[in-house]
This record gives sequence, C-alpha cells and structure tokens, in this order.
Amino acid sequence: MNHVKCECGHVNPFGTVLCENCGRALAAEGEGNSEKLHDMRYDGSARRSQTYNKTIVDKVWNFFSSVKVGVWLIVITLIASAIGTIFPQELYIPSNVTPEQFYKDEYGILGQLYYQLGFHRLYGSWWYMTLIASIGISLVICSLDRVIPLYRALKNQGVSRHESFLKRQRLFSESYVDNIEKNVEQVKKNLTARRYRIREENGNILAEKNRFSRWGPYVNHIGLIIFLIGAMLRFFPGMYVDEVLWLREGETKEIPGTNGEYYLKHHQFILETYQKEKEKDVFQEAIDRVGDGSVAKNFQSNVTLYKKQGDSLPGEEPKLKEVKDFSIRVNEPLKFDSYAVYQVNYKLNELNKMTFDLIDKKSGKSFGKVVIDLLNPEKKYDLGNGYAVEIASYLPDFYFDDEGNPATRSRVPNNPAFVFKMIAPDRPKGETSFVAIQQTIEPNENNKYKMKFSGIETKNLTGLVVRKDLTLWVLGVGGAIFMIGLIQGLYWQHRRIWLKADNGKIMLAGHTNKNWFGLKNELDIILRDTEIQKPVDQKQLKE
Amino acid sequence: MAELSSTLLYIAFILYLIGTFFFGGSIRDKRGKDEKTNRWARLGIAAAILGFLSQLGYFVTRWIAAGHAPVSNLFEFTTFFGMMLVGAFIIIYFIYKLSALGLFTLPVALLLIAYASMFPTEISPLIPALQSDWLKIHVTTAAAGQAILAISFVAGVLYLTKVVDQSKATKKTFWLEFVMFVLVTTLAFVIVTTVFRAMDYESVFKWIDKNGQEAEMEFHLPALVAPHEGELLTKDRLAGFVELPAILSARKVNTVLWSTFVGLILYGVIRLILRKRISAALQPLVKNLNLDVVDEIGYRSVAIGFPVFTLGALIFAMIWAQIAWTRFWGWDPKEVWALITWLFYAAYLHLRLSRGWHGEKSAWLAVIGFAIIMFNLIFVNLVIAGLHSYA
Amino acid sequence: MKKRRLITRSIILVILLGALGYTLYSNFFMSKEKVKVGSAAPDFVLTDLEGKKHQFSDYRGKGVFLNFWGTWCKPCEREMPYIERQYQHYKNLGVEVLAVNVGESKLVVEKFAEKYGLNFPIVIDKNQQVLHAYDVDPLPTTFLIDKNGKVVKIITAPMTEREVRDYMEMIKP
Repeated sequence: MNHVKCECGHVNPFGTVLCENCGRALAAEGEGNSEKLHDMRYDGSARRSQTYNKTIVDKVWNFFSSVKVGVWLIVITLIASAIGTIFPQELYIPSNVTPEQFYKDEYGILGQLYYQLGFHRLYGSWWYMTLIASIGISLVICSLDRVIPLYRALKNQGVSRHESFLKRQRLFSESYVDNIEKNVEQVKKNLTARRYRIREENGNILAEKNRFSRWGPYVNHIGLIIFLIGAMLRFFPGMYVDEVLWLREGETKEIPGTNGEYYLKHHQFILETYQKEKEKDVFQEAIDRVGDGSVAKNFQSNVTLYKKQGDSLPGEEPKLKEVKDFSIRVNEPLKFDSYAVYQVNYKLNELNKMTFDLIDKKSGKSFGKVVIDLLNPEKKYDLGNGYAVEIASYLPDFYFDDEGNPATRSRVPNNPAFVFKMIAPDRPKGETSFVAIQQTIEPNENNKYKMKFSGIETKNLTGLVVRKDLTLWVLGVGGAIFMIGLIQGLYWQHRRIWLKADNGKIMLAGHTNKNWFGLKNELDIILRDTEIQKPVDQKQLKE
Repeated sequence: MAELSSTLLYIAFILYLIGTFFFGGSIRDKRGKDEKTNRWARLGIAAAILGFLSQLGYFVTRWIAAGHAPVSNLFEFTTFFGMMLVGAFIIIYFIYKLSALGLFTLPVALLLIAYASMFPTEISPLIPALQSDWLKIHVTTAAAGQAILAISFVAGVLYLTKVVDQSKATKKTFWLEFVMFVLVTTLAFVIVTTVFRAMDYESVFKWIDKNGQEAEMEFHLPALVAPHEGELLTKDRLAGFVELPAILSARKVNTVLWSTFVGLILYGVIRLILRKRISAALQPLVKNLNLDVVDEIGYRSVAIGFPVFTLGALIFAMIWAQIAWTRFWGWDPKEVWALITWLFYAAYLHLRLSRGWHGEKSAWLAVIGFAIIMFNLIFVNLVIAGLHSYA
Repeated sequence: MKKRRLITRSIILVILLGALGYTLYSNFFMSKEKVKVGSAAPDFVLTDLEGKKHQFSDYRGKGVFLNFWGTWCKPCEREMPYIERQYQHYKNLGVEVLAVNVGESKLVVEKFAEKYGLNFPIVIDKNQQVLHAYDVDPLPTTFLIDKNGKVVKIITAPMTEREVRDYMEMIKP
C-alpha cells in the first residue's frame, strides 16, 4: 500500500488530504494556493472507501459508504412514505368491503391505480422494507468508514502545525508583539479558564475542547442501528403478539396469544359521555357545538384476570386462580407478564335474551313465558299443563340467502329468527310459526296460538387488543442512545485553537465544527489582556 | 378565567404586531447601525417579550380553566406553536441581536395565531384517547421542536431575500415570491373568514354524500361551489357556480377558493402599490445583513430543533402511542408526516455536514422543511383523515 | 492488509444483507401458524353432541380429518355432505373425522347435523380454546393428521368431494 510521507517526516495513510501531524496539504489540490481555506471535514483524513475500488465487495461497500447515496436513500424513503398517505392504507379502511372495491369506489381511477401498484400496503412491502434496510446498511458502512480515520486523525494530530495549515484556517490572525512569553502565558491562562485542554510543543500550543462532540453522529447512528435491529426482531417467532378479544359482559375467555395461560372475565362495560349539566361551565360551549352527550368521556371494561392452574387440555374446563381485578380504560391497559390488554372497541346492547308469551290469538290469554338465551337456546321449553314450545330452527343472524332461503349470517344474535313449534293440549302435534323481529309468518295462516314478543335483555361487548412486544426494550435502548448521540453531536462543538510563536510573531488559528459565531465570541474572552490580534474570519473576507 | 385567557391572547397578538413595527423601524433607523444602541430594536424585543409573557399568561390561565394542557385541538396547538416560535426567537435574538429576524419572525407568529383563531376556539373536554399526561409531554415538545425548526425557515427567507437577484425574473425569484404569496394568502384566509363571521353569514345546502346519503352542509362563506347534487335551503344566498363530485368536501374547496381569490387580489393590490415583487421590496430591509450570521442562525436552529423534534414528535409520540393505541407506530398519516419531517431534516444535516450545502442551498432547504411542517399541521389534520384529526 | 480489509468488509456485508434477507423471508414466506405442516397436532378434549368426550390423542394410530366449521359458513355447509359420504367409506380404513364447531349453541349444531344426516363425531369448542390452539383463521379449515399425530396438510379453502377423498386417502394409515 502506498503511504504518503509528509515533509515533516510523518507517514500518512494513502488518500490523506492534510498531514495528520503537521497539517501540511498533501494532495496537489491546495498546493501553492494560499488563499483557499482548508476543508476540515473528517480533519482531512483518508476516508477508506475512497481509496480503493477493486473487487465487487469493495464496489458494494463504496456504494453504501457514500453520503450522497445515503441522502438519496433518505429522500426516496421520504417520497415513498408520502405516497403512502395519499389514500388510507389497507389497515385503516372499513373491513366490510374488499380493498379492491374500496379504492375503486372511493377514489375512482386513481384509487384503482393505487391499489394495483400495491400502495395500499406500502409500508409492509418488500421494497419499502428494503429501502429502510438500505438506510441501515448505509448507516453502518458510512459510520465505519468515517469514524476510524477521524479517530486516527484526532488522536495523531500534532501540536506543531505548519504555517500553511494555520494560514488556511477560517479564523486566523498574525500579530507582532513585544513580549511573546507574557502574551502566551495570558492566553494559556484564559484558555484554561474556558476549560480547554492544552498541549504544548516547542512553544506551539494546541488547545482543544469538547472533542467528544465529534463522536455524536456515530453514537446516534449506533442508536439508530439498534432501533432497526429491534424493529427486525419483531419478525422472529414469539417476539410479538397482536390479538383481538371480544367479551360479552359476564363472559370468561382464554386470552389469545397467551397459550392458554391466562383467562379474562368481563364484568361490565362502561361508556360515559360528556353531559352538559355535569361538566364545568367552560365546557358548555364546546358541548353545545358538537351536541350534548355526543363526546365520549370514558371507555372502560371492568375485568378480572385469571391464571390457569395445572395442566389442562384445550377444551377442558381449566382450573383458574384469580390474579387481579382491573378497570381497563383507554390509556390504562391491563398489564401482566409481558402482556398488555387494551381497550379499543365496544358494542353496546347486543341482544342476549328474548322473551315470548305463548298466547291464544283470539282471546290473548297467555299460557306462559318463554325466556330464550340467544347464545344457548333450549330445544324445548315446557310451560306445564300440556303447553310447551319447541325450537325447530334458530337463525341468530337471519337473512335470506341468494336462493331465497332463510339463513344466518353469523353466530352473533344480531337479528334472531326462530321456527317455533307450539304444543298445546288441543294441538298435540304442535303448530309451526316463523318468528323474526317484528314479523311472524305462519305456514297456512290459521294458527290458533302465537308467540307474542314481550321483551329483550341486552349485553354490552368490549373489544380488547392483546399485545406482547418483547422488542420494546431494544427499541428503547436504541432510541435513548440515538438521543444521547444527537445531543452530544449537536449541542456541543469541538473547538480547537492553534498558536504558533516565533520571531516576535504570534500566529493564531481557530477551528470549530459548527457555531463559528460562538467561537468568535469565545476568542474575544481568550484574547483578553493580550496584544494578540483578534482572528479574522477569512471566509467572510472572501465575500 | 377563560375570559381572562382570551384577553391575554388578544393582548399578546397586539404586542407582537407592535413589535413587528418596532423591528421594522430599527432597520430603517439610519442612526442605529450598531444594534446594541438601537432604541427601536430594544422596543421591539421588549414588545416581543411582553407579548410572549402575555401569551404565556393565556396558556396558564387556559390550562387552569380547562384542567388540562391547552394543546388538545388545532386552535390550541397552533397558538402554542406560535408562542414557541416567539420564545425561540427571543432566545436567538439575545445570542445574535438581529432585528431583521424579529421583523420576519413576528409576522409569521401573528399569522399562525390568526390562522388558529379561525377554528373553534372554545375550551373542550378531552376524549378518552387524550386523557393522559403524555398529552402535555408529547404535544408541547413536538410543538417546541417544530417552532425551533421554523426559525431556520425565517432565517432562510432572510437569506434568500438578500441574495436572490431581483433585477431579473428567474426560477429563484418566482419561488421566493411564491413563499410571499402563500403568506399573503394565509392573511387573505384570515380576513375573509373574519369578515363573513362578523356578518354572521350562513347558508345551508342539502346534498348527497359519497355513500348516497342525503346530508346537510353549512357554509360560512358564500358558496362559489356547490356540493354534490346540492340544493340551497337558505334564502338569498349564493348557490354556487359549479357542482363538485361527492368525494370532495365542497366547504373546504370553497374556503380554499375564497382564500386563493382574495389572496390573489390582495397580492395584486400590494404589487400595484409596491410596483415590484414583495421580496424585492423587502430587499432593502436586509441589505446590511451579515449572511454568515443568518446562515448560522438557520443551521443552529436546525441543530437545536432537530433533537427536540425527535424527542417530542417521534420518541414521546411512540411511547404514548404504545399506551393509548396499543402500538408505538401504526403508519397513521400524522405519524408518517412526522417521520417525513424528521427524514427531511436528517437529509438537511447530512447535506450540510458532509456535502457542504451551506448558504443559499441550505436556505432553500429550510423553506421546504417549514413547508413540510405546515403541511403536516394543516393539510394532514384537515384533509387526510386519520387518528390525529382532533380539530 | 488489503486482504484482511476485504475479509472484514465481506463479513460485515454478509451480516447486513443476511439480516435484510431473513427479515424479508420471515415476513413474506415463513408461515406464521402455530401449528405447521410436519409438527405434532396439539392434543385437546371436547364433548360431542351425545355428551361423549373425545380426546384427540386417543386417535393415535388412525388418520384424523380435523375440520373446523360453523353453521353460517356457506362453504362449510357445502362440503359437509362430501365429508359424510367419504367418511362412510374411509371409517373402515382407519380414517376418523372430527368436526369441530367453533362454539355455536348446541341446538343450532344439532339441527344442522340432523338436516344433513351427519354421523361423524361433531364436537363444540365452546370457548374457542382449540381454535386458538390450532390458530384457525378462515372457515372452513381442515387439518390432515396422520397416524403418528403429525400434521400432513392444512387446507384453508373449500374442498370438492374429490379433494375430500384424496385427502382421506392421504392419511389412511
């Protein structure tokens, strides 16, 4: 490998722009052009990726090592993300229509195109995930390629810098003073007071502070990489659970995703709204505008959590031990083990029981009441004295199917319908009648008896979501490191001041990686009580 | 308490307005080349600080009255954003002592507050999803981050106003002027809405929505466009010249049309008076500006604002989303646009640090960044339906 | 030196691309079902309409045609007579049918069985515990289980009578 030897004798790695030791320009670029300022990015060190370009591995490496490529990846991700918000993602569309239908009906030809291009699932698509992963790869390689040479450069930096290096710093001054020693001593005192670390060599001074801020970008990149790893872990089996659990009041069910370990009993669902008379005066106007009682105040499920004791097979009645009572509310999930159960949905007043009277159509006389549990109806209800009602057919969610036959849409009693067989002493074989909500159909319209609807009982349902996410702590660690890195890199600045004194002349140069205004102000303080000229901003002179 | 709160906001508004004029005066003031001795500038910053304190009073009293942090709807959030913008400006002013920054920042804050007031301003109770301590933590940090980032926009506009060559029409003059036009249009929106509100204008339409259902739509501006199969129910009101398809909200389109038309007229009048581009007219105000300092203000506000924004709009947001919505990230449009904002400023920092995009390029980027923030605040809330549509 | 660098770079790239590859693979190609083809079918105990308990592990040595269904599900309804007819033939060849209803009322299931004259055991998974254990999503879903209790195939689409026959043939011990 070619090393580059500087005039000062220091041997630099190939590709170095400014000598690590004395700061002389090594590349032909700046030679002799004393007006030009040094580009101090990465302190003129050799970025590894730019020095080689040989095998395919190196080519791939160099591709990802480029900040230009990194920025392009960011920009492409940005645009892709924006496209995903033009129409709602599949996740947020109503579940009762097919996506194809929805995008076409709702947004016409554009919606159809959106669907066909797969943008309705953009954020889960292979190419979007590849984009994010490419940013991750770029993060790793860019950081590696820069942090190592930068670390080397800052570690190896010499105290005595060549005159040309000082002259080509943005802040520079040359002063002729009578008493060099006195001035230098004063500067050193001032620098120490400003918490600079001072190194001296043959009367040359390098004062430096907040070098750690230079590592900020790399620290935050590490944080981001950990975050991305956390996001990736999600795809490993067992790391993540996302289940839905609907519970009627009074019901106890296994909590899905817990492998039958936990059970939940739902006691009561509470929905509260803001009522005008009950709320503070300041809210009256707002409640008036949207309508009294139309803004939700609280969604709450009162539940009891049980843990299964001992081994039991699915289907067997498990032995349950009470763990705790809890009120699940929005923002207050029920937490146990690594699980959390959230309040996300509800259904009010689902039909639960229906009551009918068996009556004589003419006289209206009742022969008894039948209370039908809509979730578990009996086959036969005996009313005594020879009267009984049989259920010949039960359709919990009644509709007429394509062939015009009565059928049920689901097992949920949304629209219950029955075929009753009414047995009476004078009708031992029974009379048949079809009863649905607000309608009764008799086969030949000459029944003597009738099932007269007399009342309903309803129950509320709560819709809960069960989550387990073992990746959260990884994401948390990543996020925390990212924030630390950001603050480290952006809220502090790495400042360096070089001082070279010979022949009655003091040369002073300053560099910072940002906030030049701050450095200039600080130099005022550092040069206080000295005869040294305040450095001139050579960049501003150019303009 | 609620009344006191409104009064304080009103006072703050007036003070910002006064501050703007003082800062304008400070630049015109020939004697005060040295900023430190410029009396006008001192009056300007005093007005800004008093205004800020007054608005802080509004914030605190409203918090007490409501019992929750007043950042729960579009009005409250936007006014808070304005307040943070002024707060960020005050801090930066004391570092850099730049009057021109005040002259440009205070009008932006004024526009934000005025714009916010066009939405329902009454104190409303919190829906269950918002009943959390994270409301104040997440929203205030996010707003603060955005406000600090917005300073870079103001610095960018200052920079561009000075460097863009106004002697001939170019792409640059066009886009800079476009920024000015958008600001004028926002003003037009405020004026139009206020005027018709003062007149108590109202017209009701019967229309057929996209589900084929009959519905009623209320207009508070004369209808230039009618809703789908709309039928005017109110007497002596404009019935609209064009009928819109059902998927577009006629009321929103109507508001946009009114704002644009009045904005164009207003802009035309301004051009007639000035006899040159607005940005050209502003140029003399910034001629003494030190571009390096303006560039640095822009960069520093991004450097300071970016971590705050990340913390508030992404990290705190994720923590709260995990608690309230069961998942820390769900690709809700507002979340996505926060990510887009974040990606954009990340690109800004990389371009600046590694590719040397300083000065003018940086300034243009700052303008685009602010456009993204405003898009997220206005468009995503009002047009793209999502979980964040609280207003 | 140069060689070492090449090796380091290659290793890092392989790790990074491997991570990406695995993520994409597990997201798009790996089945996320709890019960996979080739794995042992979880044991369970359910009661049939006559009140008789059926423990799944008792069927070891026989092929089991495990069908999850509901009365409201049209494709389930359509394939029931096919299953019944093939059951009549294959029950003598060591194939058992176990139809797990997803927790409807006994009345409804009984009426349904009566209507179609179903003779194979129908069990009701009242609390959907078995449904969860098998992670059944669409209805009907059928698990073909061989004589060793291993899942041979999972069918999540409606079947024709011919397919029902082929599947029973497949698990014949």
